[in-house]
Order: sequence, then structure tokens, then C-alpha cells
Amino acid sequence: MTGWLKRAYVLAILLLLLAPLLVVTGVSINGPQTMRFPPVEPSLRWYGALFEDSAWLVPLGHSLLIAACASALSVAIALPLALFAWERNGIAARLLTGVGLAPFTLPPVISALGFMVFWMTVGGYGQIWATIVSHAVFLVTLPLVTISLGLKGIDRAFLEAARVMGAGRWTVMRTVIGPLLLPFIVSGYAFAFVLSLNEYIIAYMVAGFTVETIPIKIFNALRYGYTPILGVVSVLFVALAALVFGLIGRFGDLPRLMGAERSRRE
Amino acid sequence: MSADTDQRATPGWIGLWPALMLVVFFLVPFGIMLAVSVSQRDPAGAFIPGFELTHYARFLTAFFAKVMGVSVGVSLAAAAICVVLAFPFTVFLSSMSHRIQTLALVVLLSVLSLSEVIVGFSLSTLLSKTAGISNLFYWLGLIDAPVAYTPSLFALITGLCYIGFPFAVLVLYPPVSRLDPEIIEAARVMGASGPRAFFGVVVPNLRSAIVGAFILVFVFTLGSYLLPQLLGRSEDWTLSVHITDQAIYQSNLPFAAAMSIFLMLVALALVGLASLAGRQRGAA
Amino acid sequence: MTNLRIESLSKTFGTFTALDEVSLEIPTGKFVCLLGPSGCGKTTLLRVIAGLETPSGGHIFVNGEEQTKVPTHKRGMGMVFQSLALFPHLDVAGNISYPLAIRGADRAERERRAEELLELVRLPGMGARRIDQLSGGQRQRVAIARGLAIDPKVFLLDEPLSALDAGLREHMQIELRQIQQSLGVTTIVVTHDQKEALTMADLVIVMKDGVIQQAGAPMEIYRNPANPFVAGFIGTTNLLQCEIRDGAIEVLGARLPVAEGDRIGVAQGRAQLSVRPEHVAIGPPGGEIEAEIIFLRDLGESRHLLLQVGGQEINAQLSPEMHGAYRPGERVSLSFRPGERVVVA
Repeated sequence: MTGWLKRAYVLAILLLLLAPLLVVTGVSINGPQTMRFPPVEPSLRWYGALFEDSAWLVPLGHSLLIAACASALSVAIALPLALFAWERNGIAARLLTGVGLAPFTLPPVISALGFMVFWMTVGGYGQIWATIVSHAVFLVTLPLVTISLGLKGIDRAFLEAARVMGAGRWTVMRTVIGPLLLPFIVSGYAFAFVLSLNEYIIAYMVAGFTVETIPIKIFNALRYGYTPILGVVSVLFVALAALVFGLIGRFGDLPRLMGAERSRRE
Repeated sequence: MSADTDQRATPGWIGLWPALMLVVFFLVPFGIMLAVSVSQRDPAGAFIPGFELTHYARFLTAFFAKVMGVSVGVSLAAAAICVVLAFPFTVFLSSMSHRIQTLALVVLLSVLSLSEVIVGFSLSTLLSKTAGISNLFYWLGLIDAPVAYTPSLFALITGLCYIGFPFAVLVLYPPVSRLDPEIIEAARVMGASGPRAFFGVVVPNLRSAIVGAFILVFVFTLGSYLLPQLLGRSEDWTLSVHITDQAIYQSNLPFAAAMSIFLMLVALALVGLASLAGRQRGAA
Repeated sequence: MTNLRIESLSKTFGTFTALDEVSLEIPTGKFVCLLGPSGCGKTTLLRVIAGLETPSGGHIFVNGEEQTKVPTHKRGMGMVFQSLALFPHLDVAGNISYPLAIRGADRAERERRAEELLELVRLPGMGARRIDQLSGGQRQRVAIARGLAIDPKVFLLDEPLSALDAGLREHMQIELRQIQQSLGVTTIVVTHDQKEALTMADLVIVMKDGVIQQAGAPMEIYRNPANPFVAGFIGTTNLLQCEIRDGAIEVLGARLPVAEGDRIGVAQGRAQLSVRPEHVAIGPPGGEIEAEIIFLRDLGESRHLLLQVGGQEINAQLSPEMHGAYRPGERVSLSFRPGERVVVA
């Protein structure tokens, strides 16, 4: 196959993936409260409306708070776990890594139900912090994978060199491992943040009736009929995800982060 | 203390905190779920501790068989379509420049991370009567009047492919990008045409990666719970939807828990199978 | 004065013995090369000295102080790693002044010292460069400067030049030796390259299977190897089965009387004769040992013959005055220069 055909194929698929998002963007700038494409009387008034409507602002606040805290906690669990497993091959390290990878590999409804019965049993059902902890544990896989990847790239000789030059364990961590790992910690946080923002079922089953998040709000709104704000919120979430991953791609090596071993010359 | 512990960058107790968190908030919930699955249903919403296997016995009913059939059927279809589309996509992508790869990955990750509710809403808009793609067909003169393509089984499978495709690419990406490009060049030098090199060299070399990806995408789409509700009809509801439905709306937590455990065992077995397929590649 | 003293040091990894009761003493300011094939324990010895491995037994003293229990980062060593291990997140000056920063030196002091060291390794003004902007040779120099930053008690280098190409490598050997001499720092270099050892070292220590085979000045080891392994490892040599009987060496069917300067390590009986290629002389056929020319290599500055005597292969390096027109298949006689023959057990 010629290079031209390959490029056309890749481009066509990417366009297909973007098509629904383009339609939603079009729909979101309809003037009247109708779902039309191409949009009629284009205006941004629904974007303004979103930020005046507490019915949407409250869930937005919930979503951002949960995402920010849950991904921080997620990193706080994943970082020591990755460090522990990095230098150890024993059964404990392997078991711990396996459990760390499991939440994200299983269908999320399983974890959701697990969290639901857990919080019902121990108390906390319907509380925002229960959602935060649940998200943190569910998403721990993401920072675990990125941080482990970063650790794999650290030459053991760096640590030995630092030790010979007089750095104790904590100093090695602060002056060598930390700076080298920071981009991977940040990407792990960003991945978890975006995923938490978009997560539905766990948030719904742990505290869906008391702590509404944006995905829950969209789903509820869909049942009561259409409003262009749905389009607006969707567009904002797509833009946010694209921004975060775009930044990771700009400042980090996204192909390598996704597991390509040979990163090509620029 | 032995030499090797001396030289480690981190003390062993560093593992205690993540272990504690994962045990308390991940393994314990599973234990509770297991207990719930054999307890007695409480119509008020919770459950009454006990031991009975009635909820597992319901797996033998026609209702459950139909749900399983639908779940497995739509997921298999979606996984097959995803992998067939994603494999050439990934192979082509991995030979392109770093910049284009990064750009494509940003699109894929953005789509993958989107909430199913947003994907469902977007697709139902795209397939709707008023703003959808049928308007384009009408305008082109292909059909007599705009129609709605949703809800339908077709819409559901389209939706599952939409979320499954980026996942398939990301699962295939590491093995594909590690494939030595020289083996393709070698095949070309020895006289193989482009398609022939692709099917004769690339596909066989990555066969177990393809099998692994197929299984993982299958599990991934099996976990979809909102798309069947947004894009499908009620007869297209999958196991995941029924688990939520039983837990929240039918107030039958024990049955939901039993189905979850069943789903988990299926998923674990399949993921294990997929990693086995991935390992065979290393041995070969 | 003795700088580094090692007493019956052992290190085992499972069932593998990397170091077997190694003892040695290194005077202050010496340049030492640990030489041996891969797996001989030389790198392990270096790492035990640095504290990166804990010995299974034995003691290490630096300036009379027992080191075995001292953790790596308190030993005050300098080290250059095989991979160099330059930190990619720090610039050149940041790398060089890292050990000073660890010890709390202030900014001005660090900058002054970094520039001083950069001048020493002939990279003045390069402090702000990123590591990935440097060539292989420049990285080498930065690693050396970093290892010397704190005036280490002992300067350790693990195959430091192995990644460089041949020309640059020879150049760096000379430069490293000059730097070491100007500072007078006790230096231990691990290498598997005997030429490198002969170029740089005051003291060569040849190791095999975790045991020191011979320690001495380079020329001493070259001229008077203690055993067949050392003879074969340092320079090239011909090792021939021989027998010592009544003050003569019986080899290849000939009887060669022992001459003044021959080093005979065996009084009587079977042994091995080591003769360097440059001490094999060729003459017209009809001598005591007859040989056939198998292969001829002309390297411009020197000429090498591969000869065969009754199934034995012998390398000869011709001196310039013996540059005759030889051809493969030709029969010649050969002799071993008296006074340059070494017999080892």
C-alpha cells in the first residue's frame, strides 16, 4: 500500500472519531432551544447560560473537586507502590502491582457495586469523600502505569553514582529520582483527573442521589428532554480532555508514555 | 542487613501504605460483595446477612441466558470490528512521524476518556432525525426523508465501536511499534508486495498481540453500561446495565452482587487468557 | 604511605564466588589498573571498595580506617561508571557540582569549583550545556570531573573508556593519566583492555576467577608473567608445551640451552614456554626448528607471520631488518631469541 493510502486511512478514521464531536459542537451553538445541525441562528448564549445556572454549576463544582482530590490521592497511593515494586521482585511486589492494575482492567460496574456495598456497610454512602476515595482507588492504575514506566527509564547507575557522591537515601530521592520522575507523576495525575471527571457509574452508585457530578447530571437531563446546555457541557469536557492530553503530548513523549519503545527522531 | 537492601532507594515499609489502601478499599469491598451475593434480599433496599445460593441459581433462568447472550453478542461484534479497523490503523500510525503519532494519540485519548454519557449523547445526536447524518443523506438524495437511526442495535454497536476503537489502538500500539521495521523491509527486498508483506509478515508476527487486543476490547465493551441505555432498546440491555438496574431500581443487591461476581470471573478469565496470548509472543 | 588496604576480601553471589580472599595494598597517589576477562571479579572488587556491594568477608581500610561498615555515601569516594550515569536532568555544571551540593556548598563555591574542574578536563565554559548536547568524549570528561569534584580519597573508574572509539580512547587514556598525575589522587581503573592498563598504570593487578593472579609494574608483568594465564592475557604470546631438563629447554623437538636473561620458573620437568611474537626470529630452512608459513599479515608498521610446526601454530612479528619476501607455503627455520624466553608452570 502506498504512503498516500495509509495516510488517507488514518485520517479518515480520525475524522470519523471526531464527527460526533463536531455535530455536538454545532448543536451547542444553536440560538433557539432546538437540536439542529447545521445550527440555526448561531450564538454562544448557551455557554453563558451554563455559568449562570446553578443546576449545572453545582455538579461542575462537585466534578472538579472530586477529580482534583481523587487523582491526588491516586498518585499518593501509586507512587510508593511503584517505588516499592521497582526494586523488588518478590511475591509481595507482584501481588501489590496486580491488585493495583486490577480496578481499571475489570468492567467498572463491578468495582462500582463493590464500593457501593462497602460504603453502605461502613458508613459514608452518599458522601462526597466516599466518591473521592472510590475514584482514587479505581483510577490508581493510571498513575501506577505512568510512574512505573518512568522508573523503568531510570538507570540504576544514577542511584549508585549519587550514593558514591555522598547522597543518602532521602537525598537521592529528592535530587535524582524525584526530578526524573516528575513528568510521569504529572501525566499520571492528569490521566486520573480526566478519567475521574468523566466517570459515571462509580460516582452514581456511591453517591449519585446526593452528590451529582457532571456525567450524572447529563444523564439525568437527557431523560427530561433536550437542552443545548448538554452540548455545551460536552464540548467543554472534550476540550478539557484534549487540552490535558495535548499538554502531555507537547511537554512529554506521548508515544513513549503509551508504550512505544523506539521513540523516533524529531 | 544484606548488601542489596542497603542499596535500595526506598525502604520496604514504603509498600505498607498502598497495600493498606488497596486492601481496605478494594479487596474488602470485594469480600463484602461476595458476602452480599449469598445473603437474603431486603426489599427496603439493603440486604439481610445469611447464606443462600438462590441468586446464583437464577443464572440458570431464560432471562439470564438472554441477557448473557445479548451482552456477549454485541461485545463480540464490537470487539471484532474494532480490532479489524484498529490493527491496520496502528501499523500505519506507528510508521508515521513522532508529531503525527502524538497528534493521533491526543485524539484517541480524548475520545477514550470521554464519559460514556457524552459519547452516547453525541452519537444519538449524530444519528438523530433533526441534527443527524440522515439529513446529509437526504440532502444528497439518497433517502426520501430524514430518519432516526437510534435507538437500535446498530446504534448500540456503533457506540461500542466508538469507545472500543481508541482502546484497541492503545492496546495494539506497544507491540506494533516495537515490531522491527526491518523485517518488513526484508520481505519487500525479497520480493513481497506491500499487502503481501502486511498479511504474510506483519499479521503473523503480531497474531498473539491481535488475539490479546481482541479479548481486552471484548472485556472493555462488556463493561459498557450507559450506551445500551442511551443508544439501544431495552431488549439490548447488557449485563452491566442489569447489574445497575437490580442494585438501584429493583432493590435486589444480592442478585446484583452475584451477577457482578460472575462478570468478574468471566473478565478475569479472559484477561488472563489475553496476557497468556501476549506472553506466547515473547516465547516465540 | 598506604592509602588503601584490602584484607582477604570475599564476595559470593549465591553459589558464584566473585571474590575469593583478595588481599592487596595500594600506596597513596598510585594509578592502579584492575585487569582481567569479564566475570573475573574486577568490577565487583571496585564496587565493594565503593560500598555498592557488601563483602561476604574481609576488610577494607582507607587511610587506616575500616570501611566495611561505612555506608556508600559516607565514604568520600569519586567514581566514574561504565554508563557514566550523568544525570540527564542537570546541566554540566549541575552534574559536576552535585557532590558539593550534597555537602551543602554554597552557590558561588559550587560555580567556582565546577569551572575549575571544567578547565582541568579541558572543557572551559561548558557548564551550562545539557548532557545530551555533548559528544561521547565530552561526556567522558564531565564524568571524570564529577568524580574528582570533592578530592576523593580514592578515585574509582569502571571501564570508563569502553564506549569510545579506538582513537579517542587512546587520547583519553593519556589525558586521564596526566590529570591523575597532576592531582596525585589514588586511582583504580577497571579494564579488560591490557593496552589500556599498560598505557596508564603504575600498578597492574591481573585477576581471574575472583583471585589475583599477579600484581606489579606493567613492564614487570609483561616481561615476567607469573603463570600462563598472565602471559597470555598481557600482550600476545606463544605458549608451547616444553620440558626443562639439565639446564635446557626441550621444545618442538629441539633442545635450547638456557641463556642469560631467560626466566625459568620451573627447575625440572614439564612446563610451558612463553615467547612473545617479537622474539620469534625467522631464517632460511635448515635450522633446528623447521616451520611452514601459513598466513602473512602486513600492517605497514609491522609484519606478522602465522607459522606451523607439527600441528602447533606460532605467531611471529618480524623486526624491520627481517623484511624479506615471504610467501605462504614457504618453509623456514625459526628460533626464539635467547634471554627473552619465559618458562612458567
